[in-house]
Amino acid sequence: MASIPTQASVVVVGAGIVGNSLVHHLAELGWRDIVHVDKGPLPNPGGSTGHASNFIFPVDHSREITDLTLDSVRQYKELGVFTQSGGFEVARTQERMQELRRRMASAKAWGIESHLVTPEEVVEKVPFLDPSVIVGAFWTPTVGVVDSVGAGTIMRESAQNKGALTVSPNTEVTGIDVENGAIARVHTTKGPIETDTILIACGVWSPRIAAMAGAAIPLTPAVHQMISVGPVPQLAEQTGEISFPIVRDMDTFCYERQHGSDMEIGSYAHRAILHEPDEIPSIEAAKLSPTEMPFTDDDFDPQLEQALELMPDVLSNPDVEIRYAINGLLSLTPDGAPILGESPEVQGLWSAAAVWVKEGPGVGRAVAEWMTNGCPEVDVQGADIARFHPHQRTREHVRARTSEAFIKTYGIVHPGEQWNSDRNVRLSPMHAREKELGAVFFEVAGWERPQWYESNAPLLEEFGERVMDRTAEWDSRWWSPIINAEHLALRERAGLVDLSSFVIFDVFGPAALDAVQSIVLAQMDVSIGRVVYTPVLDETGGFRSDLTIMRLAHDRFRVVTGAAHGMVDVKWFADRLPETGTQITELTSSWTTIGLWGPRARDILSQVTNADVSHEGFKFGTARTIEVGSLQVLASRISYVGDLGWELYIPMESGLRLWDVLTEAGTEHGLVPVGLGVYGTTGRIEKGYRAFGAELDSERSVIEVGMARPKVKSQNFVGRDAHLRHREADPKAILCSLTVDDHRSANGEKRYMLGGEPIRSQDGQPLIDGHGHHAFVTSAGSAPSLGKHVLMAFLPPAEAVLGNQLTVVYMEEAYPVTVASIDATPLFDPSNESIRR
Amino acid sequence: MDILVCIKRIPDISGQITLDASGTDIDDSGLGHTTSAHEECAVELAIQTAAATGGKVTVLTLGPAEAVEQLRAAVGVGANDGILIETEDPGAFGPEDIAQVIGDVIRDRAEGGQSFDLVLLGNDAADTGDFQVPIRLAYDLEYPVLTGIQTLSATSGSGGPGAIEAHGIGPAGTEIFSLELPAVIAVQEGGVDPRYPSITGRMKAKKARIAEYAAPEPGAGNPRIGLELPPDTANEVTILGEGPEAAGALVDVLEEIGVIRS
Amino acid sequence: MTLVFVETDESGQVALTSAEALTFARTNASALLQQLPDGAPDTSREVAAPPSGSTEAVVVGPLSEEAVGELSRLGVSRIHHLESADLEAYSATAWAQALVDIAPETGAVLASGTPRGMELMTHVAVRTGERMAANVVAADEEGLLRQVLGGAAFERLQLGGDLQVLTLAGHACNPEETTPTTPEILTHSPESAAEDLRTRVVRTEVETDADNDTSGLTQARAVVGAGRGVGSENGFGEVLELVDHLGGALGVSRVVTGLGWRPHSEQVGQTGSRITPDVYIACGISGAIQHMAGIEGAKTLIAINTDEESTMVQRADYAIIGDLHEVIGAVNEEIRNRRG
Repeated sequence: MASIPTQASVVVVGAGIVGNSLVHHLAELGWRDIVHVDKGPLPNPGGSTGHASNFIFPVDHSREITDLTLDSVRQYKELGVFTQSGGFEVARTQERMQELRRRMASAKAWGIESHLVTPEEVVEKVPFLDPSVIVGAFWTPTVGVVDSVGAGTIMRESAQNKGALTVSPNTEVTGIDVENGAIARVHTTKGPIETDTILIACGVWSPRIAAMAGAAIPLTPAVHQMISVGPVPQLAEQTGEISFPIVRDMDTFCYERQHGSDMEIGSYAHRAILHEPDEIPSIEAAKLSPTEMPFTDDDFDPQLEQALELMPDVLSNPDVEIRYAINGLLSLTPDGAPILGESPEVQGLWSAAAVWVKEGPGVGRAVAEWMTNGCPEVDVQGADIARFHPHQRTREHVRARTSEAFIKTYGIVHPGEQWNSDRNVRLSPMHAREKELGAVFFEVAGWERPQWYESNAPLLEEFGERVMDRTAEWDSRWWSPIINAEHLALRERAGLVDLSSFVIFDVFGPAALDAVQSIVLAQMDVSIGRVVYTPVLDETGGFRSDLTIMRLAHDRFRVVTGAAHGMVDVKWFADRLPETGTQITELTSSWTTIGLWGPRARDILSQVTNADVSHEGFKFGTARTIEVGSLQVLASRISYVGDLGWELYIPMESGLRLWDVLTEAGTEHGLVPVGLGVYGTTGRIEKGYRAFGAELDSERSVIEVGMARPKVKSQNFVGRDAHLRHREADPKAILCSLTVDDHRSANGEKRYMLGGEPIRSQDGQPLIDGHGHHAFVTSAGSAPSLGKHVLMAFLPPAEAVLGNQLTVVYMEEAYPVTVASIDATPLFDPSNESIRR
Repeated sequence: MDILVCIKRIPDISGQITLDASGTDIDDSGLGHTTSAHEECAVELAIQTAAATGGKVTVLTLGPAEAVEQLRAAVGVGANDGILIETEDPGAFGPEDIAQVIGDVIRDRAEGGQSFDLVLLGNDAADTGDFQVPIRLAYDLEYPVLTGIQTLSATSGSGGPGAIEAHGIGPAGTEIFSLELPAVIAVQEGGVDPRYPSITGRMKAKKARIAEYAAPEPGAGNPRIGLELPPDTANEVTILGEGPEAAGALVDVLEEIGVIRS
Repeated sequence: MTLVFVETDESGQVALTSAEALTFARTNASALLQQLPDGAPDTSREVAAPPSGSTEAVVVGPLSEEAVGELSRLGVSRIHHLESADLEAYSATAWAQALVDIAPETGAVLASGTPRGMELMTHVAVRTGERMAANVVAADEEGLLRQVLGGAAFERLQLGGDLQVLTLAGHACNPEETTPTTPEILTHSPESAAEDLRTRVVRTEVETDADNDTSGLTQARAVVGAGRGVGSENGFGEVLELVDHLGGALGVSRVVTGLGWRPHSEQVGQTGSRITPDVYIACGISGAIQHMAGIEGAKTLIAINTDEESTMVQRADYAIIGDLHEVIGAVNEEIRNRRG
């Protein structure tokens, strides 16, 4: 038996496409003494890569995933294992055709060539397809197939040739030692390896390996059924592995892919069949490979029938036999995104899991950069393993959400679509009141948040046309004109917003000031009681987050950030604290937050407190504790909706009392409960406030988003050098706000963009910025105060001119838009008088 | 010629196996299920023979409700219909019981007007390897029986059950038998290539008519006391090397054994 | 008394498998007879003193002197020589009835687990109202142990009844000679019932088609085994050259015949040939249970496989880790070079 090194700079577990790509990129970036283990043999150790269908459709609605896919395709091409075949996504229904038109928007937004084609055009390239079954198709010429096992071998060998890597197949990880919260060593069937870093890239087995260190990688093995039929005479006439385009039958959730003289048919249409990582058969006990589970015919039978409808000439041939049929295992996550990065639970435990062949090499590069420099070149924050809240790491949650999501693999998923499963996990103290008010709840990070209140329906009459109602079903799905009515009520009177989902954590201790100072862009050496809104940058000067920090004491800072990304922020801060003198403690579940905003906010608050809440007595950008009856309330005068008011922080158990007190006092002032529809979209968008994950990500600089301050603080902070360089250079793109000038579609119906649409010139030419990105809508929403629909988009600097007339393409129709703001200047109340009154 | 083929649902093993908690059966959780190679050939022979004589093929199994999958798989490659004799505990039935149960169903069918001219089985089941059911069934039905048969040809077609010529491998060559029907024949792999299902076949299988019987209580029962796995013989393998460089070492071994032709 | 059905080959010699069965019968006589009711040995016959106790042989057809000598050295006390016109051509029912007619009331009847042995023992069991155990490997006071799942597991069972009817698994027992006996030879010329002759062999065709001949495989001293790892129908070049260098035979896994790359006659395993070469070289065969069942009799096992952890490598005496085409190509070259 070959021996194994006793020490390693990193132990990479798993020799599928991800692990192989990782060792290659780590070696490229200068890593040495890498040990790569897999419990199976090489080149195909028996994981999901070995039975992957290996085709790549580049267009995805997610830009992050698309970027990883495009990078992967580039790498596969360099390795010489990519064969372009072209691919059709065919529609059997008009509803699907609309989805394909939306897909066109994504293709254009990401700059990928695609076309909508007729059934006849499909048949020109796939003569054995029955055109009467389909109504149209989405054609992407750059679709292709790869040899993922071959690519993995080449990449592994490249690392070996650099002398950077020891590969040890047939070596199972049997244990992981954690000392003082950090990886100390990895035990294998060939002996222990001393290391401070383990990288888990073993797909469906990843949770099992992570559990050895006490960490969670919340994914589940799930079945994707696949059969191979042949020999097909129509295919056998051609030479080579693939000469016909791949067909995705979107409405039946199936694909048909030629493989030599055989046709592979895969399905995502069956029930979600989940397995447990610990119950996957061993290599010894598996008939084929551990991830090629026994086929369950019954689940596939309906798909056979549908495939037969689509390709009757090929598949009804009695000589075409089903020769191979598996329940192939792949990895699913509760939110569908991969799981990348260092675990927040164990230092030195890295994950690169739940990655498909189409993203493998791109993920390999990104994670290798992340491990080397602290940040990858492409933004992968949506896939950060640190994003999970505790309940999201549970088996129950993973199984519930993946069961629900499986059928959406090819499904039509609305951008506002909500989950049905595992709801009501985190309820604010006001939840019962909100239910009584007919709140429509949207879920984020387990929190049930009112998106709007049906009790506000009477406001529709009050505001009439100003609520900008939508008639198109798609535009109004997961939306209500009540949101816009609540917005107007807040702007004219006052609104009360439940903000319980904020992630809150304190940084405290003697060195707390130095700690926060070194992490965030803004000057934190401020007087006690100041509230600072600040970007958080990475080493490249890109956004890691944006959040507010209250200085509560000389040695205590309270950080408040969003629910979706908050757990990543906690880890980002925790990782950057000095060795001694500072601690961090998360308080999300200790504090609830109620927002009170609007011109009558001061009237309402002053009615329930004796504290001085006058403009002079309680300045904007300050926070202090006030008494509201017998409650001690931490009031912070800031606003994300752009109006006078406060965020009121109160211990969870007293939240309901405060809500009731404010509601009662507010009645005579016309106070209404206001949902997150206002807080998250309409309120901010007419104020030009940027949102992390939409406008702000690691590929965007402070300059590009128009948030540069006049001066840069002298103290060092993460990303300072890069930020200074950005300030010197001309921006490559500029974030602008645009207004839609005419909403009428060809059939006269008014349409409202939802985000993700391409922005083009008046004559339909793509606008490409200095990064090579095509312009697209990062956020879209009503601005009821303006009576406009507002879009945000990064434009090439030459196009970022006030009054510039452009177009937005929505469902394959162009609508005129005008550039209305080329910096952070709000469209509504540009001088911020509403806030500072 | 109407043909009955008896098949058995067995776990699809290829590697390491483990026993279930009772120690009397293998743990088949996580395993797929299939039928024995001999039975796949029996189904193929039946389909070919029925096609040549204008007859029908019925497949029968004694097993759990899930065994309908194996019946449908047989229909998927060309059998016409199926009979499931359902029992939750097929392991309780010994070879005598199985033959008896099948015999009763065949007689029941005959009373209902469906008589089988030929009953095919696999030579032995890949799991239990009893080698007995075909012969015991033949005695129960008072039919002649052959085992180890690889190919068949009907020697007279319609009108009366007719006769059949059967070929099997004997010690001195291919043995040819000629049998008046009805008869029982146990099929051995090797004479025909079982076909895979086509998509249309599979769809036909989905809609196949499966008659169901409840199995009676086993009579003689299964003489099995328990299963044992062979001891894990920790064989000390000598690795001669990796890749082509190890060729010399291998040739040394072959020379030592003395099997290289001079 | 234990009655053993003995098969002879074309030259009249006792088949190796029958020698195994005779040895097993002799060395396990008391264990077999303990299975009978009350553990009572058959006192009517001499069984009290194994191993020289009463093992009787049945030979159908010509009985050569050589065979008699061999049976004597295997400790047979009596030879039943069946020779009649009705038994000339094989008919399982007729032969079985002849066996039943000379079988003891209580005791044991056994044969080796060959196709003939299996078939006859089942008929004997049915005709005597007994159970039958196939592929037995051992007998002790707790009952019988027999191979199931192609040898991947053993079943422990008790037959009960007055007559232990069983077949012995191949290689379960090494043939061992003992103090030669002077067997009494009883010749029987039974007449068979017409009904028992219905399944008589009507003719035997000696194979001219190599595609169906397994004798080369079962008799070869060296067998080169090839599995899916060969890659395609056209991938057997190196393997066949090695077969040629060894003057041996090619054996393949079921996957290979299933894919139609090679004929079934070359298949080794549970549903193919069971082989007993001096050396078996398994190339790109992972070692599925069904295949391992066919190669238990190989004296030396050599594996060439990319997977060090594969069953085949783990069970082998020698192994080379690597691609079979590369390794065998180099082996062939080495053999050519050494030949000069």
